[in-house]
Amino acid sequence: MTSVEAAFHEHRGPLMATLVAELRSFDLAEEALQDAFAAATDQWPGEGVPRRPAAWLLSVARRRAVDRRRREQTLTRYLPLLITEEHTPAEFPARAADDSLGLLFACCHPSLGREARVALALRFVAGLTVPEIARLFLVPEATMAARITRAKQKIRAAGIPLRLPTPVDLPERVPGVRAVLYLLFTEGYRSFRDEVAGEAVRLTRLLHELRPTDAETASVLALMLLQHSRRRARLRDGRLVLLADQDRTQWNALDIAEALTLLEVRTPDEPYRLQAMIAARHAIAGRAEDTDWAAIARLYAQLEALTGSPVVRLNRAVAVLEADGPAAARDVIAGLEEQLPRNHHLWAARGEIALRLGDREAAAREFSRAAELAPTDTERDFLIKRAG
Amino acid sequence: MKYALLMYSVEKDWAEADEATREKVYAAHGRFSDLLRSRDAGRGGEELALTSAATTVRMTADGEALMTDGPYAETAEQLGGFYLVEARDLDEALEFARALAGVEDIIEVRPVVEHPSA
Repeated sequence: MTSVEAAFHEHRGPLMATLVAELRSFDLAEEALQDAFAAATDQWPGEGVPRRPAAWLLSVARRRAVDRRRREQTLTRYLPLLITEEHTPAEFPARAADDSLGLLFACCHPSLGREARVALALRFVAGLTVPEIARLFLVPEATMAARITRAKQKIRAAGIPLRLPTPVDLPERVPGVRAVLYLLFTEGYRSFRDEVAGEAVRLTRLLHELRPTDAETASVLALMLLQHSRRRARLRDGRLVLLADQDRTQWNALDIAEALTLLEVRTPDEPYRLQAMIAARHAIAGRAEDTDWAAIARLYAQLEALTGSPVVRLNRAVAVLEADGPAAARDVIAGLEEQLPRNHHLWAARGEIALRLGDREAAAREFSRAAELAPTDTERDFLIKRAG
Repeated sequence: MKYALLMYSVEKDWAEADEATREKVYAAHGRFSDLLRSRDAGRGGEELALTSAATTVRMTADGEALMTDGPYAETAEQLGGFYLVEARDLDEALEFARALAGVEDIIEVRPVVEHPSA
């Protein structure tokens, strides 16, 4: 990775937030930031990386924004020149946390539609491109571009503030922001984009620092950290590595320690916390065979009682299989085929249970069914082998 | 920024409201006006007569101004009044709108277009 690429990964999010706050224009902020990174690509290889790369990039972006605004005379008539006295270069990155959260809260404003919120956050907080977001939502690119443009225009026309809500409004705004952050994280995690997942972790940490007493934010942060801690171990030669087969020495110990500290604070059991506790049980097992499956099965039972989710019951069945054996697991999994008929994990779990009960014929049938439904080649290959 | 708070209510309820109910609603609007005054945010506002008093004028395809009795749209909820408020941003405008939420059924918050002074 070049020094410019490294700076892009580390600073894009905070710089974008600060520029949007200063310039009050998503488009101008984006263009100015692109200009700054282009300038860095030109200059850093020859002149060396500046001592404070983020401050360098910010001051170049600001200059370019002023240039662009001068050129676009029509814009300057309507937009005040917003390099204001409250923002001076010395304050970066001191203000960066507020700017990042301010941008996030603006993107998640309740006056925007739910889909628009997620799209805006993916675009401007996580830095995904419009085509990438369109693919995620399974809509044509033009549709997504129009949706994002409309949302940007509403932010400006309706006067949605690009800063933190007042202390009175804050408590009711946090859950919506938290949900979008978790979605950003799962999107980054699912697609192996560590920088997107990492940005979600960074912002959730800022949200937690803003409201340290908010238990669910702490739980979400812990859950993200535990999943994020496995980023180096969960991909080998471009292929997904199952939890049981991961090299646990590759797990990030700092992330795990931070998560466990967060979970030490006793708070009521809600879904995020229970999921984090389950992830923590895996994180503290030195080897896969040291996993405390009985504890995990109990946590899944609590989670199932709260959510009533068939997917949670399926996970509980897998934990029960490890903790109490195939007969007990068979009782838990019974009937789920009606609720999750096309879930390949269900048929794979039924195959494992049948295998441990010694019914090879049934196991082969279940694994074949699972292989038919598996969404990726990796999983399909694995299941076909299992079907024997 | 300037915002219009457009208040929609089920008109029938208001038309049939008894004296005590009306007094309560007017008292609530009085308190709301006090709130706006204390924040120097009030820029005007009116209660509108019932839509039975409305006349709608529209241009026909042949370029004639056609007049009809009643409101533009016959819906249960009708625009019953409005306030103009000066607010720092949408959050402050929504704070004002929510102060009215117990009194009026629906409050639509619309930014007022600011034309650059010539």
